[in-house]
Amino acid sequence: MRYSKDPIKGADMEKTSIAGNGVAALGRAAIDLSRELGRIGLFFVQGAGYLLIRPWQFDKLLEQIYFIGFKSIFIICLTSAFTGMVLGLQGYYTLVKFGSEGMLGAAVALTLIREMGPVLTAIMVVARAGSAMAAEIGIMRISEQIDALETMDIRPVRFLFTPRLAAAVISFPLLTALFDVIGILGGYVTGSLLLGIHPGTYFARVESSVVMHDITGGFIKSFCFAVLITTICCYQGYWTHTRKEGFGAKGVSLATTSAVVMSCVVVLVADYALTSFLL
Amino acid sequence: MNTPLIEFEDVHKSFGGEEVLRGVHLCIYGGQITTIIGKSGTGKSVLLKHIIGLLTPDSGRILFEGRPLGSMDAAGRKRMKSRCSYMFQGTALFDAMTVYDNIALPLKERGRLKPADIRQRVQEKLAQLDIAGIESEYPSQLSGGMKKRVAMARALITEPEIVLFDEPTTGLDPIRKQAAHQMIVEYQSRFGFTAVMVSHEIPDVFFISQRIAMLDEGRIIFEGGCPEIQAATHPAVRAFIAAGREAEDNCRET
Repeated sequence: MRYSKDPIKGADMEKTSIAGNGVAALGRAAIDLSRELGRIGLFFVQGAGYLLIRPWQFDKLLEQIYFIGFKSIFIICLTSAFTGMVLGLQGYYTLVKFGSEGMLGAAVALTLIREMGPVLTAIMVVARAGSAMAAEIGIMRISEQIDALETMDIRPVRFLFTPRLAAAVISFPLLTALFDVIGILGGYVTGSLLLGIHPGTYFARVESSVVMHDITGGFIKSFCFAVLITTICCYQGYWTHTRKEGFGAKGVSLATTSAVVMSCVVVLVADYALTSFLL
Repeated sequence: MNTPLIEFEDVHKSFGGEEVLRGVHLCIYGGQITTIIGKSGTGKSVLLKHIIGLLTPDSGRILFEGRPLGSMDAAGRKRMKSRCSYMFQGTALFDAMTVYDNIALPLKERGRLKPADIRQRVQEKLAQLDIAGIESEYPSQLSGGMKKRVAMARALITEPEIVLFDEPTTGLDPIRKQAAHQMIVEYQSRFGFTAVMVSHEIPDVFFISQRIAMLDEGRIIFEGGCPEIQAATHPAVRAFIAAGREAEDNCRET
């Protein structure tokens, strides 16, 4: 780069050049981000499109429902029980200040059904199944197993992503429902059994406060989270080999980390966006 | 000679600025075993991957039955792939599946055979390759040689018209190596398939191949039959063959 001989003019040009580089870097980042989002979108469209094309992959679907859904039941029960219990505890000591401890059932149920159930279920499934999806597909990529599928004229996206997507869409709402029910029972344990709220009051408030709109809202969220998480985790694994930061085993570890971090962030951002639409 | 089944026309391919293929011209004829030889790292596997469509050339053309692969539509490409099979150098077995599922997968996915027929065909293939009884094992429980034979069984299970073998016998003991070569020859004479094989097994491959091509520094420097390669005057070809023979003689002496 050439600078003017005039020192003042030269300094101005330097500032302009730094600002220009900053804008260029921002532009490049924005282009990279849009390109990546476009690729993720196309990956999802391709995978979802195969759901409509025969032959159906029932055996793979059942296998994935077992892995994503059934094998997550224990961790969902455990986390939901303690989430409900802590909500009962915190809710009681907050409400008792206003003499409204009788509203505990409503507070616990609405918090769980509207927000915490779908979000925490999604995050727990990301940690348990999402990371496994990214790592498994990533290892298949670096060991040429995905190339082997292509040579056998088996479409890798259909074979690897589509059954996982369908299984997640089926499993997430069911796991969320389980989280909500166990969480409400957890709130009952602390609210009624430990802190003395009458069980009838607790459950009556649950029944009177929760409406169908809350439940469908929670299910809509869990459906959206299932699509987002499965797409992100499978995408990260599928394109492990294109990562610039690391190859081989390191590439798989980076892909798995990205899958988990990106999924958790996207779940929280999408939760806010969905809540603002659903309320 | 007939029209080539597969033809490379001035194919170039680079990876990260390094040019691996530098204008490859090669003809592969139907119903023959063509072996590609050459030093390690000269791009033999890269060449093979271009045929099946795992890699695409930066420039140049690959013709399949006279039609450029690059201009084939999805249906044409699918038809072409359904006629081919590929055996990977690193086996590329599905490590989460049993040996049986690995071999049966291409048949199951095509959905044309009943489960009983698939089982019978897999059993036959396992017996032919002397690996019967390992159906329920996982690839990680097998030795390198057994993995190679499972990969070969998977490549041949669909009885393809064109089989691409990437170092099919590397790591096998001499008896099994000979058996594998014998099986390729038998299959070829029985089904008349076209085989393209990357191999370092000199001089063994001379006895089973109808054509040999040597890749050196990104170009095909020799293409012809077995008698011709043994009489070749190109220094690189002669050096490569001499080194291969010397290595075999040394093994015999020890």
